[in-house]
Formats: sequence, C-alpha cells, structure tokens
Amino acid sequence: MFAAFLQYLFSGLTSGAIYALAGLGFAIIYNASHVINFAQGEFIMIGGMATATMVAAGVPIYLAIPLAMVASMLVGVAMEKFAVEPARNADVVTIIIITIGASIFLRGAAQIIWDKEFHSLPAFSGETPIAVLGATLMPQSLWVFGISAIVIALLWYFFNRTMFGKAMLGTSHNRLAAQLVGVAVKKVLLASFALSALLGAVGGIVVTPITFTNYEAGIMLGLKGFSAAVLGGLGNGTGAIVGGLIVGIAEAMASGYLSSAYKDAIAFIIILFVLFFMPSGLFGKRGTDRV
Amino acid sequence: MNLMTARTGGLALLAVVITVAPVGFSNSYFYDVAVNAMFNAILCVGLNLLIGYAGQISLGHAGFFALGAYGSGILTERYGVPAIGALVLSAAVVGVLAFVVARPILKLKGHYLAMATLGIGIIIHIVLKTESGITGGPDGMSLGNFKMLGLTIKGDQMWYWVVGFLLVLAVWLSLNLIDSPVGRALRAVHGSEVGAEVVGVDTSSYKVLVFVVSAVFASVVGSLFAHKNGFITPDIASFFHSVELVTMVVLGGMASIYGALIGAVILTLLPQVLAAVEQYEAMILGAIMMGTMIFMPKGLLPSLLASLKRRGGGQ
Amino acid sequence: MSLLKVEKLSKEFGGVHAVEDLTFSVEAGHIHSIIGPNGAGKTTLFNLITGVYTPSSGRVLFQDRLVSGMKPYELAALGMSRTFQNLQIFFNMQAIENVMVGHHLHLDRRFLPSLLRLPKVKRRDRECRDYCAGLMEFVGLAKYIDADAASMPYGALKRLEIARALAAQPKMLLLDEPAAGLNATESREIDEVIKKVAATGVTVVLVEHDMKMVMGISDQITALDYGRKLAEGTPAEVRANPEVVSAYLGTHG
Repeated sequence: MFAAFLQYLFSGLTSGAIYALAGLGFAIIYNASHVINFAQGEFIMIGGMATATMVAAGVPIYLAIPLAMVASMLVGVAMEKFAVEPARNADVVTIIIITIGASIFLRGAAQIIWDKEFHSLPAFSGETPIAVLGATLMPQSLWVFGISAIVIALLWYFFNRTMFGKAMLGTSHNRLAAQLVGVAVKKVLLASFALSALLGAVGGIVVTPITFTNYEAGIMLGLKGFSAAVLGGLGNGTGAIVGGLIVGIAEAMASGYLSSAYKDAIAFIIILFVLFFMPSGLFGKRGTDRV
Repeated sequence: MNLMTARTGGLALLAVVITVAPVGFSNSYFYDVAVNAMFNAILCVGLNLLIGYAGQISLGHAGFFALGAYGSGILTERYGVPAIGALVLSAAVVGVLAFVVARPILKLKGHYLAMATLGIGIIIHIVLKTESGITGGPDGMSLGNFKMLGLTIKGDQMWYWVVGFLLVLAVWLSLNLIDSPVGRALRAVHGSEVGAEVVGVDTSSYKVLVFVVSAVFASVVGSLFAHKNGFITPDIASFFHSVELVTMVVLGGMASIYGALIGAVILTLLPQVLAAVEQYEAMILGAIMMGTMIFMPKGLLPSLLASLKRRGGGQ
Repeated sequence: MSLLKVEKLSKEFGGVHAVEDLTFSVEAGHIHSIIGPNGAGKTTLFNLITGVYTPSSGRVLFQDRLVSGMKPYELAALGMSRTFQNLQIFFNMQAIENVMVGHHLHLDRRFLPSLLRLPKVKRRDRECRDYCAGLMEFVGLAKYIDADAASMPYGALKRLEIARALAAQPKMLLLDEPAAGLNATESREIDEVIKKVAATGVTVVLVEHDMKMVMGISDQITALDYGRKLAEGTPAEVRANPEVVSAYLGTHG
C-alpha cells in the first residue's frame, strides 16, 4: 500500500520538477513581457534532443550538455529577436499565434535536423534502482530533484541578489518606471527568453534518460508547464514551482490509482477547476479593472 | 455606405466562384480538396464570430468539431439513428456542453481563456482516444453515407454541391448576424466590455451565445465531415487541429467573414501544394503564422483592402 | 424629487478608502456636478453608482429603488447611462454603429430574427440608424456619420460617447470629465451639448475639472476630497466655502 503510494510520489515528483522548471520558464517570460510563450516546451525538447544526438554521435556528455544549453538559449534569443520583439505591442491573440507558430516551426526544424525517432541518454550515474521503504527510486530521479533544486536556488539568488535580476523583476512590475531608472527593457526581454530557454533545456536534459524524447516531446511538457504556471498564478515564481509539483503528483496518483489512460488529462482537469473557481490561481493577485 | 450591395455582391461572387470552379477540376481529387476547404471555411466563418467579432479566443474548437463527428458516427453506426437526426442531436449536445462550460470560461480573459479552451479541447481528445469501447479508440471508426429523405449523398462531386450550398448559407447567416443588434452587441464586447455594459449589453450572455453558436457550427461541420470522409480518428480533436483552425481565421482576417473563408481555403490547400516538400510543411506553416501576425496582424484580406483603399486615395 | 440617492457609500481597495461614508442626492432635471482634486474618488463614485464596482458598504437608490449590487447593463435598463474619462469606444466599429449599440435595449435582440434578418429587423435597424444619425448631429458629429471610430480625433470621440449614452434614452446621464483633454473651443462646445441634453429633461451628473464649465452650468455641486464630502450646494455656495477653496481651488489655481 504505502510502497505503491511512495512509488507514485517519486514518479510524480520527478515529472513535477520538470513541469516546475517549464512553469518557471513561462513565468519569467510572462513577467518580462506579458507574453505566454507556447514554444516553452520546444526548449525542453531541444535540450534533450541536442544532448541525446550529440552523445550518440560520440561527443562526451560533459561537452554535449553545455553545448545543448547554449543551442537552446540561442534559439530562445532568436525567437525573441525575430518573432516576439517585432510584435511587442500586438494584442494577446496575435502573440499567442506567433509563439504557437514558433513552436510549430521549431518542431518542424527538429524533425528535419534530427528525425522522428525517440532518443535517449544514458542515466548520469547508473541504472541501479535505490530501494526506499519498499519503493524503488531511479538514481536519475535524484539528479532531476537535485538539479531542479539547484536551478531554483540560483534563480532565487539571481532575482533577489543581483542587479540585473532585480532590474528584470522591476521591469515586470512597471515597465515605464524601469525605463525611467535606466533599465534597458529590450535587454531584459532578451534575457528572459534566454533564461527560459536555458531552464527548459536543463529540464529536457535531466529528464531524457527517464522519459526519452523526440521532436514532439515538447508539446505536452510545454502545455503542462503552462498549466503549472496558471495553477500557481501567472507570473508568480513560487506559484509555478508549487503548481508544477501539484500537477506532477496529481498525475502520478491518478494514473496509479484511477486510470493511466487519463494521465495526460489530469493537468487540464485541475486547471479547469482552478480557473472556474479561483481564476487568478493559487498565489495570483486579483486585479480590478481600471476604467 | 452601401452595405446592402456589398453584402449581396459578395454572396453572389461566392456563389459564382463555387459554381464555376469545377470547370478547372480535372478529377475527383480536386473535388475532394475543395470540399475539405469548404468544410474548413464554414467552420472558420463560425469561429470568426467568436474570435474576430467578439474577440474571444478558443484553442479548443477542434474538440467540438470532433464531438460532432463522433456523435454522428456513434449514433448512426451503433444506434441506427438517421444521419440527419444524429447531426442535429450531436449539435444539440455540443451546444449544451458549450453552454455549460461557457459561462465560467468566458469570465476569463486573454491567456486564461486560451488555457481553459485548450484544456477542454485536450480533454475531449483524450476521452475520444481512451474510450475505445464507444469510439474505437486511436484506430478510429467508420461511418456510412449521409442519407436524407431517400437521398444519399455520396461521391466527391455530390458532396461538393451540398457543401458549397451550405457555405453560401453559412456566409449569408453570418453576414446577417453581424449587421444586426445581436452582432453589434458582439462586436461591442470586443471593443470595450464595460462600454457595452453601461448601455445595456449583457456582455456575459452574448459571449456565451457566440461561444455556443461557434461550437454548433463546428459540430455540424464535424458531422458532415465524418460522413463525407467515411472514417474518423481522435486526432481530429487534437490541439494542433484547434491551432490550425484559429490560424485559418487570423491568417485570412479577423472580423472579416470573407477573410476567414480565404484563410481556410489557403491553409487547406497548403499541404497539397507542399506535398513535394512534405518534410518542410510544419516549418512553412509555422513561418506563415509568425510572418502574418508580425507583418499584417489584421490578416490577409483586411490588410489587402486597406492597402487598396490607400492606393485609391481614401474612399 | 430625488432621482438618485447615495447613502453612506464606501469603497475600499486593499485598505485604502477611495470613497468613504458618502451621502448625497441628485434632483431630477438638475445638472449636478461632482468636483474635487485628483484622487478625490470621483471616478470611483461613478463606478459605484453605475454598477462597475460593488460598494464595500452603503446603498445607492435610483428612483427610490435599491440598485447597489446590480450590474451595469441592468442599471442601463433602468435608465442610467454614462461616459468614461478614459474612452471606452468600440474602435472596431463605425462611429454610427457605436451609437447604435447605445440603442441596444430598444431593439429586437432575439437571436433567430437577427440571424435570418427578417424584414422587421431590417426595418427597425434602418430606423435605428436614422435615429442615431440624428443623435450624432445633436452632439455635433454630423460629418463623422460614415466614419470608422478608429479614424476620429479625440475630441470627436468624447462626443461620440455622449451620443452613445444618449441613444440608450437614459433618465440620468453620468459624464466623467467630458471636457478633459479638450481645448477651450471644444470645451465650450461640450458645454453647449450638456445644456442641450439637460434641456430635454435628462438629469445630468457631471465630473469635471474645468471649473469655469462646472460653475457655469451646474444647478448643484458636491465637492469631494479624499473620498469624503467636503461641501455641497449651489455653485455660489460651494465657491464661497473656505474648505473647498483651500482643498481644491487653492491648490489648483
């Protein structure tokens, strides 16, 4: 009984950590630009695919990982520069279509650059399961937890302790005021895309040994990351992390105890409930429209 | 303003194009593509009422389309309901479903609305994939011909005329609607909700109304598509399909009935044209979506008309 | 007779009282102005009266009927209509269509007749268009009857909102800074429009910064500061009130 529960919990936390990273990616870009980046999942896919194919081609993994991270960041920066920046003052629907267009474009490109097959990576430290109170934990899951935690800590430090990080946060609160005190808003936007792409790539790389990846792997990861971000309250970092973990755990429990076929539906069922009953998410602030 | 002539003129032109086009169709493949283009056109004319005119996005309309298709499939194949009855019943069920979800959903704005509609579409997709006892699961299900009043619609050519007629009808109804008190209220919701409220427009009811209408449009097209195709799979409910539908609307032109129609036709023809470079299809579609939104956010037709107007020196 | 009664009305946003314990009434047929420095709570008061906001406490009575908590569209049906300080124009529509939306409550709004464009709907729509064109002339927008709202200058849009509000055929019209951002000539023209509206028997509630306009056309004035009532009375009485002078006129020249 308990062992099974623990087993589901481990698997939920593993995927939850990835959703949390994706959710944070959404939050960072949303804060800087009020854009929802539907291509967030593609950053995850690029991180995983690039590393996997490089490793398969004989590149040592300690070289492949940073290269994949850089590749993903470059894609993020290019996307901001050429697709989002030119339409910055457009309305929500327009920008949604642009980022969805970018995601389709990136999927199409991935399919050509790589292929349609599934790819994997060797686990970072062996495949011998660790027994915990009757459940088993894959060592790679520990890598996922550890690296996610480190990334989150670094992000916290960046946004709260560094000048540039604080400037980025300031921009999210009030773009005009940030401009007045000399924050280069354009740089902040570029940085937000680079950072989100980096987060996505990290998530994609650490999870690939467990879940495998292919050119389409980003769709669901991205949409669930979006659910996590909305669940926590759009633009709220802590909310995105909590939201990601909730989605991951709920999904694992539902597929364990209810029906594995509906696993992918859980995130969306939760999100519909949340939107119906508390439209600003768990940690979101309720705004009043000014007239 | 010569709205009346613009209206009848446009409708007449559409009817003429539909009547004359087959002259260039050398085989049934052309009819087949044309029918699919017109299916999408009808669906997009309905979706445009929601997105273009009332300003509410939906990333889940493929779900309603699929419910119409599967409703018809299940009712005709498993329960022996006549095709027309199945179509009407499915549309009614979709209408009720849309009505139930619309009120809480349409309180949401922008990204939240996108998320909620996307969620509904994906849930429908997963249900259709999973409940294989009823839907046939990922393998899909087959349907018979559409029979009505002793008449069987079959063959690409016959479908072409039926769907062509329905397209003209759909355009006529939409033109009527947007130029009526109801349609103005819908457009006012897009312009300024609070501005509309203070002169007596119950904005939430109108949003629900247009959501239901566009969902019913999608359901009816879904039913017909299912019979025409003879075979359906859950992927017609996919997120990607929903995105394609929205892209058709915004590509052709939001808040332009003929724009939505043109967008639907272009995006339906695109894969046929790109068949030779099939692996690039996704990249090209993505590039078109980004390019249109960046360079002509109002869509092809409105941008074209605006530039014509400028060149003509005003009116 | 009091058309509108506001009783002990309060609204707070996160601990800040935008309107506090406010009581006043508006007589039918009057032009009643609400004045006060920026941030005095005038627009919040309008939003409370017209149902855009729900009061934290207190009541609003319109024609002796409790209306606080009702939705704006329900209040419109009772005969309340308004304009906005920052425009709420339907920029996606023609100017005249903006006004026609204002006439919404007086038209056949059933779905099927609209969808089928029955002859009756068609005829009513034509009449509505003529009526609304008349209203546009009334507010001085005759030359914009065929224009798109998006192509009109700011001053004309201000009047377009008045025409739209009038198309609802209100008993009470609330105007939120109709002259803000206008030059002296345009402001005088708006002044004339307001007088013309009042002459048709419509009660006007006016929020305005232009003191010359307020003093010239108001029957009654309520002065606010920090969400509270500072003074009320005829223009002469309010002008003579030392508190008003120090809180408002003094600081604003």
